[in-house]
Amino acid sequence: MKRVTVAVLAAVVAAALIGMLAYGLDAREVDLSIEQALARGERPTAPSRELAVLDAAPATRSVSDLRGKVVVLNFWASWCGPCEAEAPVLDRAQERLERAAAGTVLGVTRDDSTPDSLKFVREHDVTYPSVRDVDTKLARDYASRNVPETFVIDARGRIAAARRGAVDEAWMDEALAKVLP
Amino acid sequence: MRRSGLLLALVAVLLCLTAAPATAQRAALPDIEDEVMCVSCEIPLNVAESAQADKQRDLIRALIAQGRGKEQIKAALVAEYGEDVLALPDRSGFGITAYAIPLALMALLAGGLVVLLPRWRRRTPAGIGVAAAPELSDFEARRLDDELERYER
Repeated sequence: MKRVTVAVLAAVVAAALIGMLAYGLDAREVDLSIEQALARGERPTAPSRELAVLDAAPATRSVSDLRGKVVVLNFWASWCGPCEAEAPVLDRAQERLERAAAGTVLGVTRDDSTPDSLKFVREHDVTYPSVRDVDTKLARDYASRNVPETFVIDARGRIAAARRGAVDEAWMDEALAKVLP
Repeated sequence: MRRSGLLLALVAVLLCLTAAPATAQRAALPDIEDEVMCVSCEIPLNVAESAQADKQRDLIRALIAQGRGKEQIKAALVAEYGEDVLALPDRSGFGITAYAIPLALMALLAGGLVVLLPRWRRRTPAGIGVAAAPELSDFEARRLDDELERYER
Protein backbone atom coordinates (compact mmCIF):
# COMPACT_ATOMS: atom_id res chain seq x y z
CA MET A 1 0.00 0.00 0.00
CA LYS A 2 2.83 2.34 0.99
CA ARG A 3 4.73 1.45 -2.18
CA VAL A 4 1.71 2.39 -4.26
CA THR A 5 1.48 5.77 -2.48
CA VAL A 6 5.17 6.49 -3.12
CA ALA A 7 4.80 5.51 -6.78
CA VAL A 8 1.74 7.75 -7.21
CA LEU A 9 3.54 10.63 -5.51
CA ALA A 10 6.59 10.19 -7.76
CA ALA A 11 4.34 10.09 -10.84
CA VAL A 12 2.57 13.30 -9.77
CA VAL A 13 5.91 15.10 -9.20
CA ALA A 14 7.23 13.88 -12.58
CA ALA A 15 4.02 14.98 -14.35
CA ALA A 16 4.21 18.41 -12.68
CA LEU A 17 7.82 18.87 -13.79
CA ILE A 18 7.01 17.84 -17.38
CA GLY A 19 3.99 20.17 -17.34
CA MET A 20 6.12 23.12 -16.19
CA LEU A 21 8.72 22.36 -18.87
CA ALA A 22 6.01 22.28 -21.57
CA TYR A 23 4.56 25.57 -20.26
CA GLY A 24 8.01 27.15 -20.32
CA LEU A 25 8.63 26.06 -23.90
CA ASP A 26 5.19 27.28 -24.97
CA ALA A 27 5.76 30.68 -23.31
CA ARG A 28 8.91 31.11 -25.41
CA GLU A 29 7.09 30.65 -28.70
CA VAL A 30 6.77 33.72 -30.92
CA ASP A 31 3.33 35.34 -30.67
CA LEU A 32 2.06 36.22 -34.13
CA SER A 33 -1.53 37.01 -33.15
CA ILE A 34 -1.33 40.65 -34.36
CA GLU A 35 0.00 39.63 -37.79
CA GLN A 36 -2.57 36.84 -38.06
CA ALA A 37 -5.42 39.22 -37.22
CA LEU A 38 -4.18 41.76 -39.79
CA ALA A 39 -3.87 38.99 -42.39
CA ARG A 40 -7.56 38.13 -41.78
CA GLY A 41 -8.43 41.77 -42.43
CA GLU A 42 -9.13 42.50 -38.77
CA ARG A 43 -7.82 45.41 -36.73
CA PRO A 44 -6.92 44.26 -33.22
CA THR A 45 -7.22 46.73 -30.32
CA ALA A 46 -3.92 48.49 -29.68
CA PRO A 47 -2.57 47.77 -26.18
CA SER A 48 -1.91 50.85 -24.09
CA ARG A 49 0.11 51.67 -20.97
CA GLU A 50 0.97 54.95 -19.22
CA LEU A 51 4.72 55.38 -19.70
CA ALA A 52 7.13 58.14 -18.66
CA VAL A 53 7.94 60.68 -21.36
CA LEU A 54 11.62 60.40 -22.30
CA ASP A 55 12.68 63.99 -21.67
CA ALA A 56 9.86 65.02 -19.34
CA ALA A 57 9.48 62.37 -16.63
CA PRO A 58 7.45 62.02 -14.43
CA ALA A 59 4.98 63.18 -17.11
CA THR A 60 3.40 60.18 -18.82
CA ARG A 61 1.76 59.44 -22.13
CA SER A 62 -0.13 56.49 -23.57
CA VAL A 63 -1.75 55.32 -26.77
CA SER A 64 -5.16 55.73 -25.07
CA ASP A 65 -4.42 59.44 -24.47
CA LEU A 66 -4.19 59.81 -28.25
CA ARG A 67 -7.56 58.22 -29.05
CA GLY A 68 -9.11 60.06 -31.98
CA LYS A 69 -5.67 60.53 -33.56
CA VAL A 70 -3.54 58.31 -35.77
CA VAL A 71 -0.52 56.98 -33.89
CA VAL A 72 2.63 55.53 -35.42
CA LEU A 73 4.03 53.57 -32.49
CA ASN A 74 7.72 52.83 -32.98
CA PHE A 75 9.86 50.73 -30.60
CA TRP A 76 13.48 51.83 -30.77
CA ALA A 77 16.82 51.94 -28.93
CA SER A 78 19.94 54.07 -29.34
CA TRP A 79 22.24 51.08 -29.89
CA CYS A 80 20.14 49.74 -32.78
CA GLY A 81 21.57 50.38 -36.26
CA PRO A 82 18.30 49.93 -38.20
CA CYS A 83 16.65 52.43 -35.82
CA GLU A 84 19.14 55.06 -37.01
CA ALA A 85 18.39 54.19 -40.61
CA GLU A 86 14.62 54.54 -40.22
CA ALA A 87 14.65 57.71 -38.08
CA PRO A 88 14.36 60.04 -41.12
CA VAL A 89 11.35 58.06 -42.42
CA LEU A 90 9.63 58.46 -39.05
CA ASP A 91 10.50 62.17 -38.96
CA ARG A 92 8.84 62.67 -42.33
CA ALA A 93 5.79 60.73 -41.14
CA GLN A 94 5.63 63.03 -38.10
CA GLU A 95 5.79 66.09 -40.36
CA ARG A 96 2.97 64.71 -42.48
CA LEU A 97 0.75 63.84 -39.49
CA GLU A 98 1.36 67.21 -37.84
CA ARG A 99 0.61 69.12 -41.04
CA ALA A 100 -2.68 67.26 -41.41
CA ALA A 101 -3.36 67.60 -37.66
CA ALA A 102 -4.15 63.91 -37.85
CA GLY A 103 -1.88 62.39 -35.22
CA THR A 104 1.69 61.70 -34.17
CA VAL A 105 4.58 59.32 -34.21
CA LEU A 106 5.17 58.01 -30.67
CA GLY A 107 8.57 56.47 -30.04
CA VAL A 108 8.95 53.84 -27.33
CA THR A 109 12.46 53.20 -26.07
CA ARG A 110 13.31 49.82 -24.59
CA ASP A 111 16.50 48.22 -23.23
CA ASP A 112 18.07 51.66 -23.36
CA SER A 113 19.28 54.18 -20.77
CA THR A 114 17.84 57.69 -20.65
CA PRO A 115 21.14 59.48 -21.46
CA ASP A 116 21.74 57.19 -24.47
CA SER A 117 18.18 57.71 -25.76
CA LEU A 118 18.45 61.50 -25.35
CA LYS A 119 21.79 61.52 -27.18
CA PHE A 120 20.17 59.61 -30.05
CA VAL A 121 17.31 62.14 -30.19
CA ARG A 122 19.79 65.05 -30.37
CA GLU A 123 22.11 63.44 -32.90
CA HIS A 124 19.33 62.39 -35.27
CA ASP A 125 17.16 65.50 -34.86
CA VAL A 126 14.20 63.36 -33.83
CA THR A 127 11.11 65.58 -33.76
CA TYR A 128 8.49 63.16 -32.40
CA PRO A 129 7.99 62.41 -28.69
CA SER A 130 9.13 59.20 -27.05
CA VAL A 131 8.22 57.31 -23.90
CA ARG A 132 10.32 54.84 -21.90
CA ASP A 133 9.18 51.21 -21.65
CA VAL A 134 11.57 50.38 -18.81
CA ASP A 135 10.09 46.99 -17.91
CA THR A 136 9.26 46.20 -21.59
CA LYS A 137 5.65 45.58 -20.54
CA LEU A 138 4.22 47.50 -23.50
CA ALA A 139 6.66 45.70 -25.80
CA ARG A 140 5.37 42.39 -24.45
CA ASP A 141 1.78 43.51 -25.04
CA TYR A 142 2.72 43.98 -28.70
CA ALA A 143 4.68 40.68 -28.74
CA SER A 144 7.70 42.80 -29.57
CA ARG A 145 11.04 41.06 -29.05
CA ASN A 146 13.40 43.26 -31.01
CA VAL A 147 13.91 46.80 -32.22
CA PRO A 148 12.86 48.45 -34.39
CA GLU A 149 9.20 47.48 -34.64
CA THR A 150 6.40 49.76 -35.80
CA PHE A 151 2.61 49.66 -35.42
CA VAL A 152 0.26 52.07 -37.16
CA ILE A 153 -2.84 52.65 -35.03
CA ASP A 154 -6.02 54.20 -36.40
CA ALA A 155 -8.10 56.94 -34.75
CA ARG A 156 -10.28 54.29 -33.10
CA GLY A 157 -7.29 52.79 -31.28
CA ARG A 158 -6.93 49.71 -33.49
CA ILE A 159 -3.77 48.36 -35.11
CA ALA A 160 -3.97 48.78 -38.89
CA ALA A 161 -0.42 47.82 -39.88
CA ALA A 162 2.61 46.22 -38.21
CA ARG A 163 6.25 45.92 -39.18
CA ARG A 164 8.82 43.79 -37.33
CA GLY A 165 12.03 45.45 -38.55
CA ALA A 166 12.96 48.82 -40.03
CA VAL A 167 10.34 50.74 -42.01
CA ASP A 168 10.91 52.47 -45.34
CA GLU A 169 9.02 55.22 -47.19
CA ALA A 170 6.98 52.79 -49.29
CA TRP A 171 5.76 50.83 -46.27
CA MET A 172 4.96 54.02 -44.32
CA ASP A 173 3.00 55.51 -47.26
CA GLU A 174 0.97 52.34 -47.62
CA ALA A 175 0.33 52.08 -43.85
CA LEU A 176 -0.70 55.72 -43.46
CA ALA A 177 -3.01 55.44 -46.47
CA LYS A 178 -5.00 52.86 -44.49
CA VAL A 179 -5.63 55.19 -41.56
CA LEU A 180 -5.65 58.75 -42.93
CA PRO A 181 -8.90 60.11 -44.32
CA MET B 1 59.88 57.65 23.26
CA ARG B 2 59.02 53.98 23.13
CA ARG B 3 55.45 54.73 24.25
CA SER B 4 54.90 57.36 21.57
CA GLY B 5 56.18 54.89 18.96
CA LEU B 6 53.71 52.30 20.13
CA LEU B 7 50.91 54.87 20.11
CA LEU B 8 51.77 55.84 16.53
CA ALA B 9 51.77 52.19 15.45
CA LEU B 10 48.37 51.69 17.11
CA VAL B 11 46.93 54.73 15.34
CA ALA B 12 48.33 53.45 12.01
CA VAL B 13 46.71 50.03 12.54
CA LEU B 14 43.38 51.66 13.44
CA LEU B 15 43.53 53.83 10.34
CA CYS B 16 44.19 50.76 8.18
CA LEU B 17 41.26 48.94 9.76
CA THR B 18 38.86 51.81 9.18
CA ALA B 19 40.08 52.35 5.62
CA ALA B 20 39.81 48.65 4.68
CA PRO B 21 35.98 48.43 4.41
CA ALA B 22 35.86 51.50 2.18
CA THR B 23 38.38 49.92 -0.19
CA ALA B 24 36.48 46.61 -0.12
CA GLN B 25 33.16 48.31 -1.03
CA ARG B 26 34.56 50.05 -4.09
CA ALA B 27 32.67 48.70 -7.08
CA ALA B 28 34.44 47.05 -10.02
CA LEU B 29 33.06 46.25 -13.47
CA PRO B 30 33.82 42.48 -13.39
CA ASP B 31 32.16 42.20 -9.98
CA ILE B 32 28.93 43.74 -11.31
CA GLU B 33 29.00 42.30 -14.84
CA ASP B 34 28.49 38.75 -13.61
CA GLU B 35 25.45 39.71 -11.53
CA VAL B 36 23.46 41.55 -14.19
CA MET B 37 21.99 40.60 -17.55
CA CYS B 38 22.44 42.05 -20.99
CA VAL B 39 18.77 43.00 -21.36
CA SER B 40 18.52 42.68 -25.12
CA CYS B 41 20.48 39.41 -25.42
CA GLU B 42 19.09 37.80 -22.22
CA ILE B 43 22.48 36.39 -21.14
CA PRO B 44 24.81 37.51 -18.32
CA LEU B 45 26.53 40.77 -19.20
CA ASN B 46 30.02 39.36 -18.60
CA VAL B 47 29.64 37.02 -21.58
CA ALA B 48 27.53 39.31 -23.79
CA GLU B 49 28.97 40.79 -26.98
CA SER B 50 26.58 43.33 -28.49
CA ALA B 51 26.13 47.05 -29.01
CA GLN B 52 23.56 47.15 -26.21
CA ALA B 53 25.87 45.25 -23.84
CA ASP B 54 28.65 47.76 -24.57
CA LYS B 55 26.30 50.67 -23.75
CA GLN B 56 25.34 48.94 -20.50
CA ARG B 57 29.05 48.50 -19.59
CA ASP B 58 29.68 52.18 -20.41
CA LEU B 59 26.89 53.16 -18.01
CA ILE B 60 28.34 50.94 -15.25
CA ARG B 61 31.82 52.45 -15.80
CA ALA B 62 30.35 55.97 -15.59
CA LEU B 63 28.57 55.12 -12.34
CA ILE B 64 31.76 53.60 -10.89
CA ALA B 65 33.62 56.79 -11.86
CA GLN B 66 30.99 58.75 -9.91
CA GLY B 67 31.99 56.71 -6.86
CA ARG B 68 28.75 54.76 -6.58
CA GLY B 69 28.74 51.46 -4.68
CA LYS B 70 27.75 48.10 -6.15
CA GLU B 71 24.20 48.12 -4.78
CA GLN B 72 23.66 51.73 -5.88
CA ILE B 73 24.82 50.82 -9.38
CA LYS B 74 22.48 47.83 -9.51
CA ALA B 75 19.60 50.06 -8.38
CA ALA B 76 20.49 52.57 -11.12
CA LEU B 77 20.54 49.77 -13.70
CA VAL B 78 17.08 48.64 -12.58
CA ALA B 79 15.82 52.23 -12.96
CA GLU B 80 17.19 52.37 -16.51
CA TYR B 81 16.58 48.83 -17.77
CA GLY B 82 13.93 47.38 -15.43
CA GLU B 83 13.99 44.37 -13.10
CA ASP B 84 15.05 42.06 -15.93
CA VAL B 85 18.56 43.51 -15.70
CA LEU B 86 19.14 41.61 -12.46
CA ALA B 87 20.27 38.04 -13.01
CA LEU B 88 17.24 36.70 -11.14
CA PRO B 89 14.30 34.63 -12.40
CA ASP B 90 10.94 36.41 -12.83
CA ARG B 91 8.77 36.56 -9.71
CA SER B 92 5.70 35.74 -11.77
CA GLY B 93 4.65 33.25 -14.43
CA PHE B 94 7.04 30.45 -15.30
CA GLY B 95 9.93 32.16 -13.48
CA ILE B 96 8.28 31.42 -10.14
CA THR B 97 9.16 27.73 -10.57
CA ALA B 98 12.82 28.67 -10.06
CA TYR B 99 11.88 29.67 -6.49
CA ALA B 100 9.14 27.10 -5.92
CA ILE B 101 10.96 23.93 -7.02
CA PRO B 102 13.94 24.18 -4.62
CA LEU B 103 11.53 24.98 -1.76
CA ALA B 104 9.29 22.04 -2.68
CA LEU B 105 12.31 19.71 -2.90
CA MET B 106 13.59 20.90 0.48
CA ALA B 107 10.15 20.34 2.03
CA LEU B 108 10.02 16.87 0.45
CA LEU B 109 13.49 16.05 1.75
CA ALA B 110 12.66 17.30 5.25
CA GLY B 111 9.41 15.29 5.22
CA GLY B 112 11.29 12.20 4.08
CA LEU B 113 13.85 12.59 6.85
CA VAL B 114 11.12 13.05 9.48
CA VAL B 115 9.47 9.80 8.34
CA LEU B 116 12.58 7.74 7.70
CA LEU B 117 14.94 8.69 10.54
CA PRO B 118 12.88 7.12 13.35
CA ARG B 119 12.57 3.96 11.27
CA TRP B 120 16.34 3.74 10.69
CA ARG B 121 16.89 4.25 14.42
CA ARG B 122 14.51 1.43 15.31
CA ARG B 123 16.22 -0.90 12.84
CA THR B 124 19.72 -0.22 14.30
CA PRO B 125 20.60 -3.06 16.78
CA ALA B 126 20.86 -1.83 20.36
CA GLY B 127 24.41 -1.27 21.56
CA ILE B 128 25.92 -1.41 18.09
CA GLY B 129 29.12 0.55 17.87
CA VAL B 130 29.84 0.19 21.62
CA ALA B 131 32.63 -2.34 22.12
CA ALA B 132 32.02 -4.74 24.99
CA ALA B 133 34.70 -4.59 27.72
CA PRO B 134 36.90 -7.70 27.72
CA GLU B 135 36.95 -9.91 30.75
CA LEU B 136 40.07 -9.53 33.00
CA SER B 137 42.12 -12.58 33.94
CA ASP B 138 43.02 -13.13 37.63
CA PHE B 139 46.55 -11.96 36.97
CA GLU B 140 45.36 -8.77 35.27
CA ALA B 141 42.84 -8.08 38.03
CA ARG B 142 45.52 -8.42 40.72
CA ARG B 143 47.88 -6.21 38.78
CA LEU B 144 45.19 -3.56 38.34
CA ASP B 145 44.44 -3.58 42.07
CA ASP B 146 48.16 -3.21 42.86
CA GLU B 147 48.52 -0.33 40.46
CA LEU B 148 45.49 1.48 41.88
CA GLU B 149 46.71 0.97 45.43
CA ARG B 150 50.13 2.39 44.54
CA TYR B 151 48.48 5.33 42.79
CA GLU B 152 46.29 6.15 45.77
CA ARG B 153 49.37 6.26 48.07
